[in-house]
Amino acid sequence: MSLLKEEVEKIAHLARISLNEQDIPAYTRNLSDIFAFVEQMNNVDTADIIPMAHPLDATARLRADIVSETNQRDHFQSIAPQVEAGLYLVPKVIE
Amino acid sequence: MAWEVVIGLEIHAQLATKSKIFSGASTAYGADPNTQACAVDLALPGVLPVLNEGVVEMAAKFGLAIGATVASRSVFARKNYFYPDLPKGYQISQFELPIVGKGQLNIEFDGEEKTIGITRAHLEEDAGKSLHEDFQGSTGIDLNRAGTPLLEIVSEPDMRSSKEAVAYMKKIHSLVRYLDICDGNMQEGSFRCDANVSVRPVGQEEFGTRAELKNLNSFRFVERAINLEVERQIDVIESGGKVVQETRLYDADKNETRSMRSKEEANDYRYFPDPDLLPLIIEPEFLEQVKAKLPELPDEKKQRFMQEYGLSLYDAAVLTSNRELAGFFEETVKLSGSDAKLCVNWVMGDLSALLNKENLDITESKVSAPQFAAMLHRISDNTISGKIAKTVFEAMWAGEGDADKIIEQKGLKQVTDSGAIEKLIDDVIANNPKQLEQYRAGKEKLFGFFVGQVMKISKGKANPAQLNELLKNKLS
Repeated sequence: MSLLKEEVEKIAHLARISLNEQDIPAYTRNLSDIFAFVEQMNNVDTADIIPMAHPLDATARLRADIVSETNQRDHFQSIAPQVEAGLYLVPKVIE
Repeated sequence: MAWEVVIGLEIHAQLATKSKIFSGASTAYGADPNTQACAVDLALPGVLPVLNEGVVEMAAKFGLAIGATVASRSVFARKNYFYPDLPKGYQISQFELPIVGKGQLNIEFDGEEKTIGITRAHLEEDAGKSLHEDFQGSTGIDLNRAGTPLLEIVSEPDMRSSKEAVAYMKKIHSLVRYLDICDGNMQEGSFRCDANVSVRPVGQEEFGTRAELKNLNSFRFVERAINLEVERQIDVIESGGKVVQETRLYDADKNETRSMRSKEEANDYRYFPDPDLLPLIIEPEFLEQVKAKLPELPDEKKQRFMQEYGLSLYDAAVLTSNRELAGFFEETVKLSGSDAKLCVNWVMGDLSALLNKENLDITESKVSAPQFAAMLHRISDNTISGKIAKTVFEAMWAGEGDADKIIEQKGLKQVTDSGAIEKLIDDVIANNPKQLEQYRAGKEKLFGFFVGQVMKISKGKANPAQLNELLKNKLS
């Protein structure tokens, strides 16, 4: 299976990765190879196999419902590019 | 052409835990911005989510209450999209293996019952809040809400009108509050809803193309937004167009729905199992413990109220829609030793009217159940009439004291002494010879006139039953 250039561009956009025009053929090739590999795996009969949700054969440990974190806003915001009135400021995102 | 409306709802209920779904930060509402957003909520490098046991218990409670299978194994997945109110770049949710499977719920609608299917309910984290208004060229981000646990409850497309959709939403609202898993506060966004709406010609099997309505945070908005959307879709089709599948935003100020075009890529979420979280295993013993803690549910209570107190389906449904209201009613019946019908009339009548008027919840009632019961007891034991009781109740509401004190102070005690009532009747008859003559000549309507006159001079205190009886004898 071979991906189209537009598909590679869309995947890059969804991941918010900017690509150089000259790198696109290489990415297209590499991603297509991954898809080819997936296709190869698709031929394996997996009818009786429970899909693996995690590589470790372990189950979730739970924590008790207790508030254990204290307010460290000043500490966290000391590394933020821009803050005001306790809020983190980001470029305007309204539609 | 006649159209049929098809509606399915996705309800987001914030679970009432103390801490967040994957971190130990507080979920309390209304704190200063970002004072309850810890390293995990901020997605700082190297942090790992750890699932909150309280969240699992609450979701399991809900599953049991709707007769669904609570999954023995469920998996958390990443739903990928970029928006600054979600600093990780993905929302942790559940996709293929949700915690709660297929269930169902009965709604009461126009005096009848209907069963609505629930497809699934899954756990996920809420996002933060974006404030667009106050900052020139910037958006302010408050991540206090980020990581608050949500249970997303997805219904089958089983509803056929906006009113049914509202009835279903109210029923879920009532249920999550019974279960104590969500405070149901819609102003604070603890309980909100998206509606999938489509129309099809009556008789057609397949569904029409649906639009998803977002931003519905009150029962009234749900009804209005659905009605608007139904009209819009019918207009589009009848004028030769086609409904497109899209997300639409309801604008309450303009009372319109509009397309959210900029989100055309929104459905490309690229879900995959979150490698930071192991599968959640729920053991049967855990479920047994949760089951043991379940309260009496609205439908069980409703059935019991109908049997035990002889209430109508409507009365029982209204009373049991709210756990506290149902409790108030039962306490009133028990303490007053009065007829359940008298209690239900007063709870649903005068009490509800005053609560509505002052926009109060039953828990904020200015008259407690014991006080209320004591007043109703005075109606049952004939100390006061139902009419006088309204005066007493209003005085109680105004903080003038208990029923007995008010009856005593205002001299409202019913006159039950036949001699005294007879004396009043004699006076009235003596003062109205003309009416007496007409009555005896066959104008029986005037009986009411005499009752009214006696009531007037007794200031409403004559026992109505006795008065009728005695008056009949005197006039004949």
